Amino acid sequence: MNPSTRAAWLFLAPALSAITVFFFLPVIVAFVMSLTDFDIYSLADISKARFVGVNNYWNLLHDALFWKALRNTTYFVVVGVPLSIATSLGAAILLNNRFLKFKSLFRLAYFTPVVTTLVAVAVVWRYIYHPRFGLMNYWLGLFGVNPIDWLGDPVWAMPALIILAVWKNFGYNMIIFIAGLQSIPDELYEAAHIDGAGKWQQFRNITIPMLAPTTLFVGIITVIGYFQFFAEPYVMTQGGPLNSTLSIVLLMYQEGFRWWRMGYSSSIAFVLFFIVFVITLIQLKVQKSRVV
Amino acid sequence: MLSERNAGKWLLYLVLIVIGIITLAPFAWMLSASFMPTGQANTYPPRFFPGSITTEQYEALFSRLKLLRYLLNSVIVSVSVTIISLFVNSMAGYAFAKYRFPGRDRIFRLLLAAMVIPGQVTMLPLFLMLNRMGLINTYWGIIIPGMAGIFGIFLIRQYVFSIPDSLIEAARIDGAGDFRIYWSLILPLCKPILVTLAIFTFMGTWNDFLWPLIVMTKDTMYTLPVALANLMGEHAQDTELMMAGSVLTILPVMLVFLALQKYYIRGIMMGGVKG
Repeated sequence: MNPSTRAAWLFLAPALSAITVFFFLPVIVAFVMSLTDFDIYSLADISKARFVGVNNYWNLLHDALFWKALRNTTYFVVVGVPLSIATSLGAAILLNNRFLKFKSLFRLAYFTPVVTTLVAVAVVWRYIYHPRFGLMNYWLGLFGVNPIDWLGDPVWAMPALIILAVWKNFGYNMIIFIAGLQSIPDELYEAAHIDGAGKWQQFRNITIPMLAPTTLFVGIITVIGYFQFFAEPYVMTQGGPLNSTLSIVLLMYQEGFRWWRMGYSSSIAFVLFFIVFVITLIQLKVQKSRVV
Repeated sequence: MLSERNAGKWLLYLVLIVIGIITLAPFAWMLSASFMPTGQANTYPPRFFPGSITTEQYEALFSRLKLLRYLLNSVIVSVSVTIISLFVNSMAGYAFAKYRFPGRDRIFRLLLAAMVIPGQVTMLPLFLMLNRMGLINTYWGIIIPGMAGIFGIFLIRQYVFSIPDSLIEAARIDGAGDFRIYWSLILPLCKPILVTLAIFTFMGTWNDFLWPLIVMTKDTMYTLPVALANLMGEHAQDTELMMAGSVLTILPVMLVFLALQKYYIRGIMMGGVKG
C-alpha cells in the first residue's frame, strides 16, 4: 500500500468502522431478527430464538392493529404533507415580495417552531388542545365554533396532530421554497407582464413549473419524515383514543420495547424501510424522466 | 391606483402578522404560564398574562424534580456527539474528497445509498448490542451511534472539493505530513461548514427523543425530552409546571439557533440543493 493510500484509510477508519458496526451490522441483524421469534425469553438467552421464516410478515398482514397503524400513518401523510407544503409555499411567496420590510424578522418568527424540541412543543400543544381551558377552542369560540375535544375524540385526534405538525414544520420547507423562488429569473415575469399575463397567470405558468423540482424534493423529504412520526402521539395521546393516532413507529416501539417482541417489531421496521425505499425510487424515477 | 397598491400592501402585512401570531402564540403562552402559580393556567377564558408572577414552578423543577441533572445529561451528550462527530466526519469527508485509493467511489456510493435506510431499523439490534456491552444507561449509549454520520461526511466532502489541490501540494512540499495538513490547513478552511454541521448535530441530538427514550431507562440518565415526557405522565394536571419544563427544554436550542442562525439556514439550503 502506498503511503497516500494508507493515510486515506487511516482518515476513513473511525467513520467507516463506526458506520459498519453501529449501522450496517444492525440493519443486517434486524433483518435476520425479523425472521425469528425473538422475544423476552431470547433476551436472556439468545438460543431461545427460533427461525420462523416469513411468519412475522405473514402475521403482520393479519394484524388489525398493524393495519390500523398503517392507515393512521397514511392519513397523516396524505393530509399532512400537502397541507404542510401548501403552507410553506404560501408563506414563501408572501415573504418573497420585493417591497416587504422586516422580512428577516418574519422569517425568523415562522422558523421558530422548526428548531424547538418536538417533545416540548407537543407538551405545550396538549394544553392548547384542552377542551375547556385550551387556547384552540377559545379562539375557535370567538368565531362561534363549539368546543372540540381535540385529543379525546377519535375523529379529531389525528387532525389535531396534523395541525401541530404543519405548524411545527412549515418553516423548514419555506426556506427551501424561498431559495427556489429567488432562482427564477425576473425576465420571465417581465416578459409575461409585457404579454399581458395577470398575476394569477404568472403564478400558474411561471412560478409553479419553475418550482417543480424544488417541490418534488420538498415533497419527498416531507413524506419520508411524516411516515416516521412518533413523538407527537407518544406524548399527546399514547396512540389513542381507540388507537386512532397509533403510528407505525409507535407500534414498532411498543412491540419491541414494551412487550419485547423484538422479532415481530423488526418486521414492522422493515415494512417502514420498504415504504421509504419505494418512495425514494419514485423520486429517482421522476427526476430522471424530467431530465430527458 | 396608488391607494389600491397601498391596500394590497397593508393586507400583506396583516396576513404576515396573523401568521406570526399563530406561530409564536404557543411559545408566548408557554412562557407566561410557566410563571403562574399552580392552577392559574386552568381558567376560562385562558389567561395570557400571569395574575402574579412566581418562579415556584422553576424552583420545584430544580429542587424536587432533578431538572439540573437532566439538563446536564442533555448538555453532555449533545456536546460530546457534536465534537466527536465533527472530527470523525471531517476526516472521512476529507479523505473522500482529496485522496485517490482503490474502492473510493464504490464505498462512497454505498454510503449514499444507505441514507435511504430509516434509523428505526437499526434500533432493536443496536439496543441488544449496547446492552451486551453494558452501555445502556450510560452517555456512550447515545454518543456511540451518533459518532459518524453519512450526511455529515457528504457535506464536508462537497465543501473540501472547493479547496484547491495546489494549497495541499504546497503544504506537502513544505514538509507537512498528512495529519498536519488535515489539522492545520483543511480544518481551518472548513470552518463555515463545520459550524453549520455542528449546529445541526447539536440541535438534532438535543431534540432527539426515540433513541434516548430507548437507551436511557434509568431516571438519573434521562435527557430533557425524555424527562419531560415522563413528567407528563405524573404531572399532567400541573400545567404551569409542565410549561416551565418546556421552557427549559427549548431555551438552550433557541439560544444556539439565534446566535448562529445564518449557518443553520445555509445548511438547509445545502440539503435543499442536494436533491
